[in-house]
Amino acid sequence: MKNKKENKTSLWKSLKIGVITLLIMIILAYGFQITRVDLEELSSEQRQDSLIRVTRALAKPDFFEYNKTEEIVNTPFYLPCPEGGSIPEVPSQDQSNPYLVITPACASSGDTITVEGFNFAPSASGPLRFVPGSDQENLVTLGRVSVKTDLSGHFISSMDLPDRESDEVQYIRVSLSRNTGAPHFSQSARDTLEKIIETVFLALLATIFGTIIAIPMSFFAARNLMKPVKSPLLSISLSVLGWPIGIAVGFMIIQALGNFSDSIGVNVWVNLASIVIALTIIWFAFRWAVPPEELVPPSLIIRVVRIAVLFIGVVFSFYGLFQLISVLRTLGANLTDSLGSFGFLGNFLFQLSDISKLLIPVLGGLAAGGFLGSFMGRIGQRGSEKIAERGLKIINLITASTAGATLLVLLGQLLEWLYQIENPLYTLWGPLAVGGLMGLLLAIFTKAKEPLPTGLAIYYITRTFLNALRSVEALIMAIVFVIAVGIGPFAGVLALGLHTIVSLAKLYSEQVESIMSGPLEAIQATGANRLQTIIYAVVPQIVPPYISYTMYRWDINVRMSTIIGFVGGGGIGFLLQQNINLLNYRGASAQMVAIAVVVASMDYVSSVVRERMV
Amino acid sequence: MLQIRNLTKIYEGGVKALDNVSFDVPNGQFLTVIGLSGSGKSTLLRCINRLIEPTEGQIIWNGEDITKASPEEMRRIRRKIGMVFQHFNLVHRSKVLTNVLAGRLGYVNPTWSLLNRFPKKDSEKAIKKMERVGIADKAQSRADELSGGQQQRVGIARALMQDPEMILADEPVASLDPVLAHSIMKHLEDINKNDGVTVLCSLHFLDLVHRYADYVIALNEGKLVFEGTPEQIDDNKFKDIYGRDAERVG
Repeated sequence: MKNKKENKTSLWKSLKIGVITLLIMIILAYGFQITRVDLEELSSEQRQDSLIRVTRALAKPDFFEYNKTEEIVNTPFYLPCPEGGSIPEVPSQDQSNPYLVITPACASSGDTITVEGFNFAPSASGPLRFVPGSDQENLVTLGRVSVKTDLSGHFISSMDLPDRESDEVQYIRVSLSRNTGAPHFSQSARDTLEKIIETVFLALLATIFGTIIAIPMSFFAARNLMKPVKSPLLSISLSVLGWPIGIAVGFMIIQALGNFSDSIGVNVWVNLASIVIALTIIWFAFRWAVPPEELVPPSLIIRVVRIAVLFIGVVFSFYGLFQLISVLRTLGANLTDSLGSFGFLGNFLFQLSDISKLLIPVLGGLAAGGFLGSFMGRIGQRGSEKIAERGLKIINLITASTAGATLLVLLGQLLEWLYQIENPLYTLWGPLAVGGLMGLLLAIFTKAKEPLPTGLAIYYITRTFLNALRSVEALIMAIVFVIAVGIGPFAGVLALGLHTIVSLAKLYSEQVESIMSGPLEAIQATGANRLQTIIYAVVPQIVPPYISYTMYRWDINVRMSTIIGFVGGGGIGFLLQQNINLLNYRGASAQMVAIAVVVASMDYVSSVVRERMV
Repeated sequence: MLQIRNLTKIYEGGVKALDNVSFDVPNGQFLTVIGLSGSGKSTLLRCINRLIEPTEGQIIWNGEDITKASPEEMRRIRRKIGMVFQHFNLVHRSKVLTNVLAGRLGYVNPTWSLLNRFPKKDSEKAIKKMERVGIADKAQSRADELSGGQQQRVGIARALMQDPEMILADEPVASLDPVLAHSIMKHLEDINKNDGVTVLCSLHFLDLVHRYADYVIALNEGKLVFEGTPEQIDDNKFKDIYGRDAERVG
């Protein structure tokens, strides 16, 4: 009985294996069908010829070339032989110069003649051609036979005559060229060098910009840092209200400051004086308003005055910044002309001032939003501690519904801008009602003083954002940026930079999640606030992995930037694609070698740096 | 005076680490907490400075309820409570001096400290505290270059920087050999006797308890099972605390 059962299982087992094997075969067969596996194609003569040609071209990267000297000899020839059998006198050739001997001296089309050359340069090569018409300068030629001279400058070759008969004299032309002098870099090598430098710097800039933004972002995507962040509803709603107001007001104030700064003009001395005055005011404002140590919490009035003083300080610092930009601009414009080959330094200053001028109002607005958001959040925090449960509930009902409505209306306006729905029911009144209702429900169903997991919410939002963007290849981002800023390396920098931000932020945040929690706990226990804890307990632990990931990313970016040119993102890929399309495989080979060299040396450098720093 | 009232901590997942624990600690006392591993000693100490949020109960320190304190008040309370850890919990890649200065983070203005700027008198104070525990010569070394005993002294110096009124020591000598253990305990004793700082210290070895403690509480599975002077721990009480099968060592 038992035996029989075993038998049955083993039969069942073999059957199963059989079925699985069959399935795998079917899957493979389908795969062959889909990917069109076909070696027949490879064995066709035409394919083999072009394969050999391309491989040989690839094996000879176009780095060096020689100066060439060319010797051209045209010898008269009659096709067909003139009637009467007498060949007109062929002018005798100077026997001390290169000359051709054609046998027979005349023939009819389709015949084969023998061409012998004497007195040519040794080891020269080139085509032997039939020149139709009586003009020996004629550029149109028929037929092509490659010939090569031996060491004494002699060659002999046979040639089939084309079907081009004429009563007049026609010519047989040989143009032999040979290398002279030392080899020097070819045009293709110079282009490759220029573009490979562009590639490396493209990758460098993308990595730097990406890293700068990815570092703060990674903290928001780290679960262990965000999970303890909790705040009561009032704090959240006030903060949500504070952000957009802060951004709008900050942006407007800073832009007004920028305009004011512009109206002062570009007199360098005025600008410099403004900078000095601004710096002095900032120095004193901060010295007074940010005391090094406080044992007793300051009174409310002092706090308010401090904030006012700090505000003045910040206004002056932005004013100073704008003045600085104006100086940079003047300086940059002057230096570009006067520095000669170092003009790029001047251009750098000029571009830097341009970028800053564009970015400062945006960044300043964001900073103002962040400041007002956290400030209102603080007020909310204190409010929920001080106000009684009942009153707080009522305040919560109002603020939460306002905040919800504001948030969704802003989202609705974004939708309106993106899709141009032009129906205020969907983009204004609908979100207003839904947001208000959501806030209201949140306020009703949570306890007024209960801290809500804001940190986790931010964590999930950041993570989703990062994952969504990370799944878009940098190549596709490059297509978008090429449309935005035009073909060129700048589009590549933006695309690679954006991809660097999202992928590095994720890698970084995983490092933050794996730090030792002991020091974190110890620093918290001293009474440090959240930011201090990050600076003193988290940052020292993550420096080595951050450096190693950044190097790794630079490595990836160099590799990516070699192909980002395929879609117009600048770098060497542009040249490579062009050469492939023009069937210039020797040029393409030069670019491939350059890429390989750069990637390999990048690999080496990054491993050395990692070893040193970590 | 530190008063613990009906303190209960239930972790996510339902583990009851502390079960209705109540006791008083007069200012200036050297109190040791004993019990098996997992009996709730660490949880108790971490509840006092709210590194762990208690589920229920009150912790009243000098008349102020710590469990109800807002974040800002908590910062003010924490800076008066030094903490020393079993695994020292130093920031390894930072200098010893930076680790010690970190004890001032609760006092200094956050803005300046973010730029790693401390007032001059804090730096001077850090040197003094390091001299007191005998590691002044290591100030510029990296923390992970130090031996275990030296690292724990850095931990104590960091706690001293806080001008603490109370020190929580979570098995401060469990990772050290017996000779080092006594030297560390002597530092804590010195701080307790000469500076009048209340010390709550969890310990494993009863000889250390007898040598240093004024008063002992014992936890078993989160419950307070003993409260009294070290001399009162006889064999019977010992079995209550550590279980029927336990043998006394040391």
